[in-house]
Amino acid sequence: MTSGKASPDTESGSARSMAWGPRLGWDRGALARRVSGLPKPVKWALIGLLVVLLYALPLLEIPIISTPDTDFGAVLFTVASYVLVALGLNIVLGYAGLLDLGYVGFYAIGAYTVAVLGSLQAQWSWWLLIPLAVLFTTISGVLLGAPTLRVRGDYLAIVTLGFGEIIRLTALNTEWLGAAKGITGVPRPPSVELFELPHLQWEGATAFLDLDDKTTFLFFGVADQAPYYWLALTVIFVILGADRMLRLSRIGRAWEATREDEDAAELMGVPTFKFKLLAFASGAFIGGLSGALFASRQGFINPESFQLLLSILFVAAVVVGGAGNRWGVILGAIVVAYLPERFRGFEEWRLLVFGAALLVLANFRPQGLIPPRRTRRAQAVDEQLEALEEGADRA
Amino acid sequence: MRFSVKTGVPLLAAALALTACGGTTGGDDDNASGGGDAGSCEDIAIGYFGALTGAAANLGINIRNGVQLAVDQFNEENADCQVGLEEYDSAGDPNQATGLATQAIGDDSVIGIVGPAFSGESDTAGPIFAEGGLPTISASATNPALSTNGWDTFHRILGNDDSQGPAAATYISDVLQAPSVFVVDDASAYGAGLAEIVNESLADAVVGEDTIQTGQTDFSATITAIRDSGAEAVFFGGYYAEAGLLVQQMRGAGVDATFVVADGVKDPGFIEAAGDAAEGTIITCPCLPPEEQQEFFTAFEEAFGSAPATYSAEAYDAANVMLEGIKEGNTDRESLLEWINDYSGEGITKQVSFDESGEVENISVWAYKVENGEIVADQEIETD
Amino acid sequence: MSFLINNFVELTVTGLVLGAVYGLVALGYTLVYGVLQLINFAHSEVWMFGSFAAVWVTVAVGVAPGSALPVVIGVLLLALLAAMTVSGGVALLLERVAYRRLIRLDAPKLVALISAIGASFALAEIMGLRDRIVGWFGLRDDLDPYVRSARDNTRFRNPLETEGLFTVGGYTVTNVDVIIIVSAVVMMIALDQFIRRTRTGKGIRAVAQDSEAAALMGVNRNRIIRATFLVGGIMAGAAALLYLMRFGVTRWNAGFLLGVKAFTAAVLGGIGNVRGALLGGFVLGLAENYGSALIGSEWRDVVAFLLLVVILLFRPTGLLGESLGRARA
Repeated sequence: MTSGKASPDTESGSARSMAWGPRLGWDRGALARRVSGLPKPVKWALIGLLVVLLYALPLLEIPIISTPDTDFGAVLFTVASYVLVALGLNIVLGYAGLLDLGYVGFYAIGAYTVAVLGSLQAQWSWWLLIPLAVLFTTISGVLLGAPTLRVRGDYLAIVTLGFGEIIRLTALNTEWLGAAKGITGVPRPPSVELFELPHLQWEGATAFLDLDDKTTFLFFGVADQAPYYWLALTVIFVILGADRMLRLSRIGRAWEATREDEDAAELMGVPTFKFKLLAFASGAFIGGLSGALFASRQGFINPESFQLLLSILFVAAVVVGGAGNRWGVILGAIVVAYLPERFRGFEEWRLLVFGAALLVLANFRPQGLIPPRRTRRAQAVDEQLEALEEGADRA
Repeated sequence: MRFSVKTGVPLLAAALALTACGGTTGGDDDNASGGGDAGSCEDIAIGYFGALTGAAANLGINIRNGVQLAVDQFNEENADCQVGLEEYDSAGDPNQATGLATQAIGDDSVIGIVGPAFSGESDTAGPIFAEGGLPTISASATNPALSTNGWDTFHRILGNDDSQGPAAATYISDVLQAPSVFVVDDASAYGAGLAEIVNESLADAVVGEDTIQTGQTDFSATITAIRDSGAEAVFFGGYYAEAGLLVQQMRGAGVDATFVVADGVKDPGFIEAAGDAAEGTIITCPCLPPEEQQEFFTAFEEAFGSAPATYSAEAYDAANVMLEGIKEGNTDRESLLEWINDYSGEGITKQVSFDESGEVENISVWAYKVENGEIVADQEIETD
Repeated sequence: MSFLINNFVELTVTGLVLGAVYGLVALGYTLVYGVLQLINFAHSEVWMFGSFAAVWVTVAVGVAPGSALPVVIGVLLLALLAAMTVSGGVALLLERVAYRRLIRLDAPKLVALISAIGASFALAEIMGLRDRIVGWFGLRDDLDPYVRSARDNTRFRNPLETEGLFTVGGYTVTNVDVIIIVSAVVMMIALDQFIRRTRTGKGIRAVAQDSEAAALMGVNRNRIIRATFLVGGIMAGAAALLYLMRFGVTRWNAGFLLGVKAFTAAVLGGIGNVRGALLGGFVLGLAENYGSALIGSEWRDVVAFLLLVVILLFRPTGLLGESLGRARA
């Protein structure tokens, strides 16, 4: 057995790392208490309103939020696919504490399943391809996880990074998978054209209905990106529900125990390896789903869409948002995917600004934008302890 | 086509106390520089679509600069018709290209696009431009399959790999008369496609092949293989960054086979990277020799402080095709598309006219040679 | 297979040369990991800045190839000094900007990783936009030779001409090959001795073993951390010059891939282990070359990563084991 240093999250996980508690600004509690104090029907109405607002976003084209230099619907889809990926990676990284730097590999396997079997080598139906894509990625998650999860801590990071690259390079060098040219004609989701929805157009703070700019409800075409966003958003809601159930179950607690102290968990009778593998497979499932949606939105994929850099951005999304908190990682994904598109006005300076923003966020909000509740509780305990210790010193 | 006529009722939006913020539909670009007294060409722009950031930024910036120069020269000469330039920085990423292409077709002021720069992004953006009826002329995407998708807006102003590959092969077998050739590619859509065609055309003369990765810097295993094969010529399908490193390391390792490359290497950056090792390199390019380009060359250097690079001249030509059309009063997408389809004129890289699939006609492939640190014309390659 | 055997010497020598560069860059990862258990993702940018410093020295001096030997040595030493200074400086800056606050707060390691990733993006972009940045100060034209084609390859005008020294197994070993391999080994030994014998080195080991106990024993932890970054940066600077002598060009984003490989080398040898870094580098360089020779260059990275996985499965802490602290004096 290696020393605790090999797995950074064991020894230094909760207890020591909470010392940075007192500098938390922004009392989230107040708002949460006010909301939870509302009567039930009002609460449900608020949630319903929020959901409707989310679905309506690409139609509303709200100034400031909307991206001036690129299509807002397309950005929303990109953001949604990042959110989905972040939710998946959050299970691996946030819940189970496994640093996966090759997550893009699963994304790629999902996308390639749809593309290869839907266009290049066979013309299977989209309805069949999506479950298949998810199945393949889950299996590959188990296959990759079984040998590698025995490796601990940061070694896992480099091993997964290697696997991510191997998947990309295999796609790049294999003619059967389309090689560098990529795959065109990836099947799009089947359309059901029901009705048309107009977009809004803004002049100052006044909105007009723009009757010339319409989205056909559930027409998955080439140019209008809003239906893809709706599809991805729906999937997010489903995954969120599943995520909540998993988190609250025995599995979720087992993950938490494994992350906090693997040896202790094992001693307490938690089969840590099994649960780590399960986390890896669940993460792969969601990553593959996201990749499959990405491919069917895009209509074209090539190996360049699955660069190592993307894995790093995914990890950044999870950590910036607050690993372990599903709302946090959603916010993180939004930051990572949305900001570079919103601030295209910076032009060539975009990536420089983005890098600096990551630096600043990490340094001034190290616990993530929305840290997990457990972290906040632990902070509170830590502060109490510190106060007690100080008291003891004085005595 | 969309029209900017707005119908409907103003909606209450006081909740958002954001007043002075512009709308998000077309026409709010601030690129219509100069006076607003232009007659028919008010609020008109052409777009550049391709990478300006990211790993492929160097290639994209060359192309953008070509377009920029054409637009600037046009605006200087035509005070009454100021054309804007919209930049769509895809970072070479097909995913970002989707949103940008959708944005471009939604912006009514943009009536033509120079780009998309690479084959990958063309694959995702192409169908969107076709749906929006927005004519495009690519100055650099050479994947032959692009013109077979039935996008009626697609054009490219350079020969695709199908025309260039056989020409390079002809040069190697007829002019160099190299009995043995080693073929290397960079696994990019451009490089691998080209290498495959050269491979097929040379057939028996190919004594070995290898594939490197873009971004790779150490080619020792490949060079060992080249030396081992005893090839007298090496064909490399790829871009100048890797080509420079490859030839430099080849010469450093004492391999003196003739280095033959294609238009992706016709760039001062190749000589910058390779130095003396670049001497004698043969570059095939479906573009005319630069005699006529002297004026362009000087103007470009003056404007950007560096010599025109790969595809800058093609981009300049592509932009000029559109600008001429705008000057002739083709100020909407439909008529500009028609103009481009019927166009026939003298560009600085070639005689420009497009066939039905959008490919440029009359491609003549020339061989260039690196001599004393300059890329000079060698001879036209006749293919049959 | 016969190709591999026929060209064994050539593949081995060039593999070792590549491995030496990996190894020297890997030292930076290994040192920081040994002391802080952090993956210093931005170390590749430390290397990249050093490589530009070396290039700029040769531009400024403007020495032509084929000069007298003392001149050549003088210029190379000057370039080495510049690369080490700049890399060391960037490493210190990195420690200050990306790490110090997080270390003080004892924040989770993942956050430090993100901070480093942000710093890495920013540093690479600064180099890629250097022509625009000097433009702000109106120096674009004055500094033209240093900033032109900022997004492109920049060539190192190597004053030393490559010459064959002796021929073994059909391959002529060059002076550059010898210089690179020998310097890498010498620098590794020097560093190993530094860590074993000097006061600072002992401090580094102490902090690596148990930073709190070390602090109680009077070791100034912050000073040691700074020293660790500085030493890693200096090694990266040396690696930058050696890299340029062999590969001749650098570019704003050249660090990323090299960094991934160097980190792989560090893990392969046993992260946190100074000797392991160089060994890991050599093994990786050789594996890439042999793998390319056997099944084609397009699979070289696949071979490298598969080797890593296999080694980690059988030796979970790398070839030489991991602890920097456990190195005996």
